[in-house]
Parts: sequence; structure tokens; C-alpha cells
Amino acid sequence: MSAAWAVLRKDLRLELRSAETLPAMVLFAVVTIVIFHFALNRDTIQGQEAAGVFVIALLFASMLGINRLFVAEREQGGFDGFLLAPVDRGAMLLAKASALYLFLVVLEVIAVPAFKLFLLQPGLGRPLPGLIAVLALTNLALSVIGTLVSGIAVHTRARDLIGPMIGLPLLVPALIASARAAGPILQATHAPAAPPLRWVGTLALYDLVFALLAYAVFDFLLEE
Amino acid sequence: MRSTTYGRGLRSLSLLTVLFIAAALVMVFFYAPLDAEQGFVQKIFYIHVPLAIVSLCGFVFGGLMAIGYLRTGDRAWDMRSYVAIHMALIFGIGGLISGSIWAKASWGHWWVWNEPTLVSFLIVILLFCTYQPLRFSIEDPERQARYASVFAITCGAFVPLNFIAVSQATQFVHPRVLTLTGAHLPPAMGVTFLVSMIGITLLYATLWKYEMAAKNARSQLRRLRRTLLGEDLDRPYGRSAAPL
Repeated sequence: MSAAWAVLRKDLRLELRSAETLPAMVLFAVVTIVIFHFALNRDTIQGQEAAGVFVIALLFASMLGINRLFVAEREQGGFDGFLLAPVDRGAMLLAKASALYLFLVVLEVIAVPAFKLFLLQPGLGRPLPGLIAVLALTNLALSVIGTLVSGIAVHTRARDLIGPMIGLPLLVPALIASARAAGPILQATHAPAAPPLRWVGTLALYDLVFALLAYAVFDFLLEE
Repeated sequence: MRSTTYGRGLRSLSLLTVLFIAAALVMVFFYAPLDAEQGFVQKIFYIHVPLAIVSLCGFVFGGLMAIGYLRTGDRAWDMRSYVAIHMALIFGIGGLISGSIWAKASWGHWWVWNEPTLVSFLIVILLFCTYQPLRFSIEDPERQARYASVFAITCGAFVPLNFIAVSQATQFVHPRVLTLTGAHLPPAMGVTFLVSMIGITLLYATLWKYEMAAKNARSQLRRLRRTLLGEDLDRPYGRSAAPL
């Protein structure tokens, strides 16, 4: 646990000082939203469409973070240091997934208001609690699967290609659930404030299974 | 790799496969009744559904073999997992194409989105299409085997999960022929389906065994040739997606 905390703190400090990943992710998400305005040729969107556009922007931005997640460890010998230390290998998964989770939270703190400003028709006040719940679960899926995929991809030659190629299909069910859960609460009129439980449940189940699975197999990705 | 002979029993297995496939074809065309609504085109069902089911089971089978590799570190398990996924992918693409033909004939479209079985199947196929590129882009054979095993286990578990998630997303257009409560088929169709299911399963087993035997023979041949030429036995033999 303390090892995970140390690695996480190292990652956050690195990001604070060098600002390599997070600004790129935020910019990417905002630009994606702007592109959707032109691609759809619409000034405002709502409901299922809005949920889909936001989930796609989130997914693409997270891909940047996923690609960069282990690059520093590989290039600067972080893996070797971690393997030499007498700590549980699972700590790496926990630390990296937490770092990615925090990145996504910061990203959303900026991207959700930007989305409201540029595209979203209904006000943010009423759907916000439901949206936060859905995004919390979506972030979990993105960060757990993202860390696993990034761990696989970082040692391959074409890592920037392999990461998204494996990651996208693995994330499809989570994104279906996320978009369907967020759709009804982003309706402009008389929308229920709570996301549909069926989809939240599916998303939570998916998170749980992949968290356990990632914990079981991640050790093997770190061996030399 | 140990020098096991995968060719043992291959002849009887092949004969059994031919027998069952032939019996299935005869039953499909001469025994099973015509479907009242769809007519003759419904007969593709006896090929399409077994292909799809066998391919999904093949992916899960590959995942189970990969667990064997991670537990023992024996490269033979990696080879089994590789061949299982490779074969399942071929069967899966067969299932996808036959399903598309069936969809065109009975629903009028080559592709139908509000159809969870079709969509989940497509996602699974897209995922497993990345298996070969992943292997190919890792040069160290031992690392390749380990990472491919992690992929195979993760994606093997993904197969059932994905079907749960996608089937929630849409209402059913696909005929619910096989549900958890049992098969909703008239007896004559049920028997025919069972025979072709066994036939396709045996076909998968035979092809898996054939490829294992071929890969094994090739690896032994290379080893012998290297020994004759006095080369280093452990040096990787060029770049390859397949385990050597």
C-alpha cells in the first residue's frame, strides 16, 4: 500500500512539474467537442446524442493518457527500480490506475463545463449528481482497463498502435453502458435526475470484474 | 518444447469429423423440415450457429490454455493457446459471414444493429483480430508468450461479459433459438442441429490438432537442422507471430 502511494505520489509530482500528459488530454477533449459541433452541424445537443459525444471525447482523451502511462517507467528505468524493490507487484497497478483516475477527474472538471458551454442544451445543475456517479464508474473502467492495456502495449514495438487497438474493443461494453446511463439524464425536458439503474449496474459489474482480472494478471506483465 | 506427438489419433479423429459433417449435411438437406416462415434459407442456421458457438468457445479455450502457460511457464501451453485462438478466429469470421448472409436473406439487410448477438460477436472478433499484431510486435519469444497469455486470459473473460453488456442494450430481433431454459426447436430440427454442432466441434478439434502437429513438426525439424549445422539452439528463429 505504501509502495503504491509512493509511486502514485511520484507520478503526480512528475505531472505537476512537467505537465506532460494532462494538458494534452484536456486540450484534446475540448478540441474533440468543438469538432463535433462542426461535424454534426449543430449548436446544441441533448439526451443520448450529448451522452455519446461526451463519452467519445472522454475516450479519445483518455487514450492519450493511456499511451503515456508507462513510457516514463520504461525510458527512465522505473520498471527496473520497481522490480528490485521488495514490494507487491500489484502496487504498480494500483498506483498507475489511481493516477489515471485522477487525471480523468481533473480532465472532467474542465471538460464538463466546456461541454456545457459549447454544446449541451440542458443546464448542468439538475443532471450533475447523476452525471458524477456515471462518470465515476466510467473513469474506473477507463483507468483499470487502460492500465492493463498500457502495461501490455508498453513493451511492444508499435506501442502507440497496439494500445488503442486492444483498448477500444475492451472498452466498448463499458462505453455502451456509460452512454446509455448518461443519455436520459442529459435530456432537455422533464428528464429523471437519476441515471437508469440497469446501466449503472452493468457498468459497476464490468468495473468489478475487470479490476479483479487486472489484479490477477498484472504481475505477469512486470516480470523480466 | 517437449517432443510430444500431436499426430497421434489424428486419423481416427479426422474420419469421425468427416462422418459427422457428412451426416449433418445429409440431415440438413433431406431430413430437417423447411422452416415455415423463412423457407430454404433457414438451413444456413445449421452451419452459422455452430460456427459461432464453437468460435466463442475456442476463444475461451485459448484463455484457459493461457492460464496453463502462466502457471507452468511451459511454451507448449502457449502454442496450444495460440492455435486455439487462431482457429477460433477463422471459425468466427466464417460465422460472421454466414450470419450476414442469413441476415440479408431473412431481414433484408446485410447488417442489423439492433441485434445484440451480432454486435457482441463483431466486438469479440475485432478484439481478437489484435492478437496476431500484438504477438508480432514483441520480439523476445518468452515475453511474447507471456504477454499473449495475459491478453488471451483477459479477452477470454471478456467474451461472456461482452455478451451480457450488449444484450442489455437492444431488444431481440435474432431468433432466440437457444435460451437458458432450453432449445425451442421442433425435434427433427433439434436433432439435425445437434449433429451439425458435433460435426463443427469435431472439425475445430481436428484442425486444432492438425495445426499443433504441423507446428510441432516444424519446430522439431528446425531444431534438428540447427543441431546439424551446429547453430545456437536458443537463438530466436527470425520474427514471427507464432510461437516457435
